[in-house]
Amino acid sequence: MTIQRRELLAMMGGGAAAGLAGCTGLLSSVGGNGDGSDNGSGGSIAGEELVLTTTTSTYDTGLLDEVNAAFEERFGTPVQAISQGTGEALETARNGDSDVVMVHARSQEDEFMQEGYGINRRDLMFNDFVIVGPEEDPAGIEDSADALAAFRAIAERESLFVSRGDNSGTHTAERRIWEAAGVEPGGEWYLETGQGMGDTLNQASQQGAYTLADRGTFISQREEIELVILVQGPVEGGPKILANPYGVLAVNPAVHENVNYQLAMSYIGFLTSPDGQQVIENYELDGEQLFFPQALSKDPNFGQYVPEGWQSDDGQANGTNGA
Amino acid sequence: MGLEAVPVVELPFESNYITSIVRVSLYVSLTAVALSTLFSLPVAMFVGFKRFPGKELVTAVINTGMGFPSVVVGLVVLFAVSNQGPLGSLDLVFTPKAMIMSQFVLATPVITGVSIAAVTGVEENVRDAAYAMGGTRLDVALVVIKEAKFGIATAVLAGFGRAISEVGSVLIVGGNIAYADGTAYTRNLTTAIQLEARQGRFETAMFLGAILVAIVLAVNWLVGRLGGGGRR
Repeated sequence: MTIQRRELLAMMGGGAAAGLAGCTGLLSSVGGNGDGSDNGSGGSIAGEELVLTTTTSTYDTGLLDEVNAAFEERFGTPVQAISQGTGEALETARNGDSDVVMVHARSQEDEFMQEGYGINRRDLMFNDFVIVGPEEDPAGIEDSADALAAFRAIAERESLFVSRGDNSGTHTAERRIWEAAGVEPGGEWYLETGQGMGDTLNQASQQGAYTLADRGTFISQREEIELVILVQGPVEGGPKILANPYGVLAVNPAVHENVNYQLAMSYIGFLTSPDGQQVIENYELDGEQLFFPQALSKDPNFGQYVPEGWQSDDGQANGTNGA
Repeated sequence: MGLEAVPVVELPFESNYITSIVRVSLYVSLTAVALSTLFSLPVAMFVGFKRFPGKELVTAVINTGMGFPSVVVGLVVLFAVSNQGPLGSLDLVFTPKAMIMSQFVLATPVITGVSIAAVTGVEENVRDAAYAMGGTRLDVALVVIKEAKFGIATAVLAGFGRAISEVGSVLIVGGNIAYADGTAYTRNLTTAIQLEARQGRFETAMFLGAILVAIVLAVNWLVGRLGGGGRR
């Protein structure tokens, strides 16, 4: 039973490891004194829980299991990952039901931060989107270097297109492309599944339709579906609009007192550390690297911490802004 | 799931994953049904034998509840246990306890409804005889339950079938969590099937589906046997 498992973990003791947000020091999850409660505010993180809401793409590719196993090994805390899609994942976090989110829709992440629910956003990694469809390619978009032209061709031909339609990161990206292409999709040929990437790929395959997918999920399901990549993303030299960056954010403990902020920051710290980034870099499926780490850089890249185009309010006492 | 006579079959999954999913399923559903039975039987006795104002309404509510959409139950339980909800401080969201809550809500009308039919079917003279022998209310109730045990067993079974086979509510309140080492936490058979199908791993999904059907069959068979053995 899970409860016994938790007691066992607590008995093993995790060493006092919380409060080391971002500092992935020399911690080991074994040994430790088992009580760890002598510093008042719950020193031991063993037996504590970290709830992560994330996208279906990080989950279905198997990356998350890899990363979370490494985190658990280091911190002795298992991660409870709930894969929902970006919109729903952020909504769950807004309600204070998760501690940390890993998503891929910058506009939605920015909104989440603007509202005060999310803090300490970090760029984590990127992969890309690809336009996939049946081999016959009725709209003739194969090898197009222009995603917008490809979407226009699909709309003009009214070739079947399956959309996630679930407010996920991929769905957000898809809407952005339609908008840039100047097309308002709709009609008999445009189907919304309202489901995860895997389900949507399955449906597109069954119906011989086009869809926009993240490369990772597509690769992980290549064997089961009859779709091919017709337009490549930037990983293979395609257009920039198909880029797919992932961010990781902590839920603001000032808004939701109950969230496990220290553990969330440990998680973010681990993922963006050389070790965590290495795990992401090394993760392969079918001999292909799915995600490309993005957190380590000599340039501090201040833009990752705040919403894009953010200006501090005038008159705000911002101690370090004495320019 | 090859049918060849090859002794070594490459299973596309780990057995730990499967066993822990089955364990979560059984733990959640059996607990929910046990609690639900404890709650439902007294209610069924009361509604079955007492006349009180609003009895029609109560009966209507129970009958509606029997077919209540599980997704809606999940949604309501989520609102209740979410940190914003009235039970937020208990920290139940995305735990097996929340799953038990939603399955309790789903199974209770079924068990109550079928039990009412069972206990009211017990003949009047049996109850009269029990009273005549100086039995207290509890004694009479026990006699009635004993007489109606097959009907009640059917009720419990129906409730269990409803609980273990529903996917909508436990997906919402449980979050379908498994740990990185493949140990299920709030992932049960139905939500695992949904996830495996989503990922296009249909063999695993079918395997889990077969286990689910086997469990329901086994429980039915067991109760049938117990009932048959108890008949004198």
